[in-house]
Amino acid sequence: MNSVILVSIVMTLVAAATPILLAALGELVVEKSGVLNLGVEGMMLCGAVAGFAVAYGTGSTGLGLAAAALAGIATAMVFAVLTLSLTANQVATGLALTIFGIGASSLIGAGFVGRTIERLGPVFPEALAGHPWLRVVFGHDVMVYLSLALVLAVSLFLRRTRPGLILRAVGENDQSAHAIGYPVIGIRYAAIAFGGALAGLGGAYFSLALTPMWADRLTAGRGWIALALVVFAAWRPGRLLLGAYLFGAVMTLELQAKAAGIAWLAPEVLAMAPYLATIVVLTMMSLRRGAGRLDAPACLGKAFTAS
Amino acid sequence: MLEWRRRREPSRSMLYLSPLIAVVLTMALGTLVFTLMGYDGIRAVHDIFLTPFLEPQRWPDLGVKAAPLIMIALGLAIGFRANVWNIGAEGQYIMGAIAGTGVALLTYEMSGWWILPAMALAGVLGGMAWAAVPALLRVRLQVSEILTSLMLTYVAVQALYYLVRGPWKDPDGFNFPQTRMFTADQTLPVMLEGSLVHLGIPLALLAAALAWLVLEKTVAGYGVKVVGLAPAAARHGGFSADAVTWASLLAGGGLAGLAGLFEAAGPFGQLTPQFPTNYGFTAIIVAFLGRLHPLGIVFGGVILAATYVGGEVAQTTVKLPQAATGMFQALLLFVLLATDVLVKYRIVRRERSA
Repeated sequence: MNSVILVSIVMTLVAAATPILLAALGELVVEKSGVLNLGVEGMMLCGAVAGFAVAYGTGSTGLGLAAAALAGIATAMVFAVLTLSLTANQVATGLALTIFGIGASSLIGAGFVGRTIERLGPVFPEALAGHPWLRVVFGHDVMVYLSLALVLAVSLFLRRTRPGLILRAVGENDQSAHAIGYPVIGIRYAAIAFGGALAGLGGAYFSLALTPMWADRLTAGRGWIALALVVFAAWRPGRLLLGAYLFGAVMTLELQAKAAGIAWLAPEVLAMAPYLATIVVLTMMSLRRGAGRLDAPACLGKAFTAS
Repeated sequence: MLEWRRRREPSRSMLYLSPLIAVVLTMALGTLVFTLMGYDGIRAVHDIFLTPFLEPQRWPDLGVKAAPLIMIALGLAIGFRANVWNIGAEGQYIMGAIAGTGVALLTYEMSGWWILPAMALAGVLGGMAWAAVPALLRVRLQVSEILTSLMLTYVAVQALYYLVRGPWKDPDGFNFPQTRMFTADQTLPVMLEGSLVHLGIPLALLAAALAWLVLEKTVAGYGVKVVGLAPAAARHGGFSADAVTWASLLAGGGLAGLAGLFEAAGPFGQLTPQFPTNYGFTAIIVAFLGRLHPLGIVFGGVILAATYVGGEVAQTTVKLPQAATGMFQALLLFVLLATDVLVKYRIVRRERSA
């Protein structure tokens, strides 16, 4: 295999992994605080359509990304108010958020179907970004570097800082954290907002970087794969990075096989690959860990009321 | 000053009233949202929610859309009661249709009364098989059924595409990606001349009555409730959480599969790539709107069916995009979850402390 193909495979892999990594990293922080937000797919779609609409209207992808993060936060806040302040069931509310995101994005996006915008370009100058093999390191757009920096930041935040410790305490034992005097609900609001912002950015990566064109439901279930990745990573940011790039590889394989036109394998079968891989990975994780979900934050998914 | 105070016991009257409050609030909120988006909001909400009920010629369509929603939601509700979150009903619905269509294609040149029951049986088994995977993985390995059942939905959609574009493509169909039309022996009998009202509608109501009997009047139904509300008590009482997981997923898959087969052998009359219509997801809203109660689900199914029928009306009258229906349905679920607070809390006047 020549190096040109190898370089292009790596570039595709990184691009495919980045939106899932962003969304999953946000969800990881949310789950560490003890909240299960199943609305990742919905928040991603809202971010995708807000980002596209603003980028299309203003011609600025930067403003588009900002709008995507804000849209993600706004939809996440609906979830937060319902589950934290009104103590609604987290699973049901998360599902509602996803159904809402699908509906809202296709309603708002109806006028944009088929429209194109300028793709989010590489950060570094052409000499580096266009270099035949140096572009493996320098040829990516700003979101790729941001996502990697965020993995490091979240990892350090959770393990090395006091606020990170408090956030984990809230997720492991909300009643004790409350008794010591930490604002459980406030901390969870903040975590959910962070998760919403990253999901929004992850969604916008689809509409601004991967396919700079609006299509209905363009995230195609990647939000759910992000949720699975958090389990796969056993709630550790470092392993999340590994998992996201692994999934990037599976999706690149799918694209490469399609491009190569392997006759005996139907394209529909290839399209199943990421979803089947998710099931296989979740199963293998459980096999290795044995029974029980020892890694999950103890208060994950439970409603909190101060007593 | 007013303040929220937690009730000692959930309010029974609010339990039944809050879905109605939610419907009214959603109508108000929908009017506001659609007006802000530049449509005639009052007319839009009127058409979505009221026209389907006010114009008798739309009632058959209401029934046709409500039947699959009710059937799927009944199965989901059993699981939701037991904290088994099967959200892949859409996949089980598609698999049921695929399995039933397989029988239809095998019996293409045969005739007989037995063909349709055989297709229905295949539909049930197809849906059950698709739900058995999440059940097995959850019971044996504690893998979240939420994620596996949903992933399998995407797999089912691709399987459908593969079949209608490939091996099952109608040989006389001018290369369109669709199967043969089903024969008369393979199609659900029409109950009302000149409409699409099929046998599935009375059967959905029958299923609701059966589900009510099982859930409310048998020990097994009680077991489902106990496992959901108090897992530890269930263990002491001898109810097996694993058995409930299996039973609720298989029941959910079977009902969704049957609904899928009815849709294929009824309104569609064949399989096409347009077959997945999101009924499996909308049924989640139906289950919650019906308070996970079989009779409530019949009410919920009719309301959500109205949003489909009325959504089509609003497309022509106020040029509302088709996607508006989906957003409106989600809005209803949000409002419903919010009004749940009325069940758990009450508003009291705060006494002024001197």
